[in-house]
Amino acid sequence: MANTMQFDLVSPERSLASLQVTAVQIPGADGDMTAMPGHSAVLTSLRPGVVHVQSPDGDKDFVVTRGFAEISADSVSVIAEHAHVGSDVKKADLEDVLTAARESASAASAEDKDAAEKFVADLVHLLENMD
Amino acid sequence: MPNLKDLKNRIASVKNTRKITKAMQMVAAAKLRRAQESAEQSRPYTERFNAVLGGLAASVGGSDSAPKLLSGTGKDDVHLLVIMTAERGLCGGFNSNIAKLGRARAQELIAQGKTVKILTVGKKGRDSIKREFGDNFVGHVDLSEVKRVGYDNAQDIARDILARFDASEFDVATIFYAKFVNVVTQIPTAQQIIPAAFDAVEGETASTLYDYEPSEEALLADLLPRGVATQIFAALLENGASEQGSRMSAMDNATRNAGEMIDKLTIEYNRSRQAVITNELIEIISGAEAL
Repeated sequence: MANTMQFDLVSPERSLASLQVTAVQIPGADGDMTAMPGHSAVLTSLRPGVVHVQSPDGDKDFVVTRGFAEISADSVSVIAEHAHVGSDVKKADLEDVLTAARESASAASAEDKDAAEKFVADLVHLLENMD
Repeated sequence: MPNLKDLKNRIASVKNTRKITKAMQMVAAAKLRRAQESAEQSRPYTERFNAVLGGLAASVGGSDSAPKLLSGTGKDDVHLLVIMTAERGLCGGFNSNIAKLGRARAQELIAQGKTVKILTVGKKGRDSIKREFGDNFVGHVDLSEVKRVGYDNAQDIARDILARFDASEFDVATIFYAKFVNVVTQIPTAQQIIPAAFDAVEGETASTLYDYEPSEEALLADLLPRGVATQIFAALLENGASEQGSRMSAMDNATRNAGEMIDKLTIEYNRSRQAVITNELIEIISGAEAL
């Protein structure tokens, strides 16, 4: 079995990464998961968090908010609404997202409230861990 | 015969016009390149998104629990037309072509007895649509302050549309924009976004059996609203490239026309100048003969 797989990270504005990797850690909606070559096919939505990529050329981090990931035996595609390379993500950017999320959470109807508040909580958690 | 000074002034003014159109053409060319680049860069996202969503929709779509965004409200009485045009003019037939397509669709729907609501994006389309369909007008999205359209702009528009959908304000939504083919060809296009329509992307995607996390339905319900934003974003980018392409060829034409005009006026100017000289000579000669 091949020990690497294709990893793609795309956001609406650009494609951030496309490389061969050995493992990818993904912040899935129901918990973090690590995908390695030969993983069974999974489609999961993302919560705000860090995608940690291990490749033969070194490790990389990407910060993503909202989106989903498609995992198959020989590839992982992360399709994120907002994505930044870990090293140049600015706290201010995320804080903007957080403010917007807080507003929509307070405006959300009862049935959407849980999801919106979870999104806010995940963002806060992410911001705290960045220091 | 026009007098010499007038002709000279006109030549000078047409020359100035040519300078301006030439400059606009070059600016449009530079902007077109950028617009095309961003359209290019968003393509992987759009393609993957639609492939996944299409696969999901194909597997869940048949069931009764399918979200309304996918299956529709079961009626098609009220149509929302989202007409996307540019904020600025001087780009050939770009704005009027899109508006024309939208108007034709609106008239067709009204003739069928449907209710039509119109939302415009971009000032130029609003101006021409509002004149005719003032009563059907429900809103306008202003992008004149936006230098470069981003995904956030698309999200705002999508949120607006989805809020109206949740409030049962319409049954079917269609977006109108111009598809960029090349600098001389942009095709005004109508695309239905609610209920979501997908090109047949079965085969590969449908054949892979995925585990879904959370459930298939929850994932679909989460992705569909974003699909609307994605489609709007793609349309905005296409529109951006089309606008600049259209402006570039319009300004190229204008520059060429100005050049022709200058040539014609110069010939006329030279002829009149010669005529004046001949006249003066005749006067001098006949004056000398009279002595």
